[in-house]
Amino acid sequence: MSKKKNKKLTPVRQEYQALARGREPKRSVPLNCARAFVAGGVISVIGQFFQWLFMTFFDFTEVTAANPTVAVMIILGVLLTGLGVYDHLAQWAGAGTIVPVTGFANTVASAAMEHRSEGYVLGVGGNMFKIAGPVITFGVFSAFVTAVVKLIFQALGGI
Amino acid sequence: MEKFLFAFLVGGLICVIGQIMLDIFHLTPAHMTVSLVVAGAVLGGLGLYEPLIRVAGAGASVPISSFGNALVKGALSEAERTGVIGVLTGIFEVTSAGISSAIIFGFLASLLFRPKG
Repeated sequence: MSKKKNKKLTPVRQEYQALARGREPKRSVPLNCARAFVAGGVISVIGQFFQWLFMTFFDFTEVTAANPTVAVMIILGVLLTGLGVYDHLAQWAGAGTIVPVTGFANTVASAAMEHRSEGYVLGVGGNMFKIAGPVITFGVFSAFVTAVVKLIFQALGGI
Repeated sequence: MEKFLFAFLVGGLICVIGQIMLDIFHLTPAHMTVSLVVAGAVLGGLGLYEPLIRVAGAGASVPISSFGNALVKGALSEAERTGVIGVLTGIFEVTSAGISSAIIFGFLASLLFRPKG
């Protein structure tokens, strides 16, 4: 709760806010970071294993192997979400499961499953990207701006 | 074999950055992932993300920041071939595998699984 918002509250409400803040479960930042590090690292190692498979048994180079690896990780993420395992992992790992692409797959799959009761077209189709949408929107727009800026620099004989 | 070690370290570190954004800067998970994607796109434009992928492999390509990098890479490589319009036609070229598999398997999941809990 920011100070600006606090000014609008009555004294009783402010008292309540202070009380509630004291009762909130303490989040231990170092512990959370350690968990995120381990979980994110393990997921990356699993990805690295698939990348190694693609590079050894199929004709992929280090850079092109990233694509099929991401696809496999997304399939894994969807599968674990469907089986209800991923959300348990996320409770423990925090950002360690949100940041890898499996977390992206998790948001897509869980939104799709959750809104099925509203029908396939408006429920599943309409809500599938409810949580994952911002990533795509901002990713594409920032990539567009970056690419255009870079092209302008190149045209001017820069970088 | 040291590839796996670097993947673990870099992948873990990117997740720690995310966790710090959540815990210390009090961002929502959506704001956190969006920030990472934008950071990945900018680093990709500066040509700094590709070396990271070369060193850390999946440690750099599995976190969501690689999505931003891949978008820029697709746009730039297509622009090199077909001119400025390539920025629009090529932006999803590299990430096609990720987006389409997320849509296809996400939809399949809604057919096959019931939400738990």
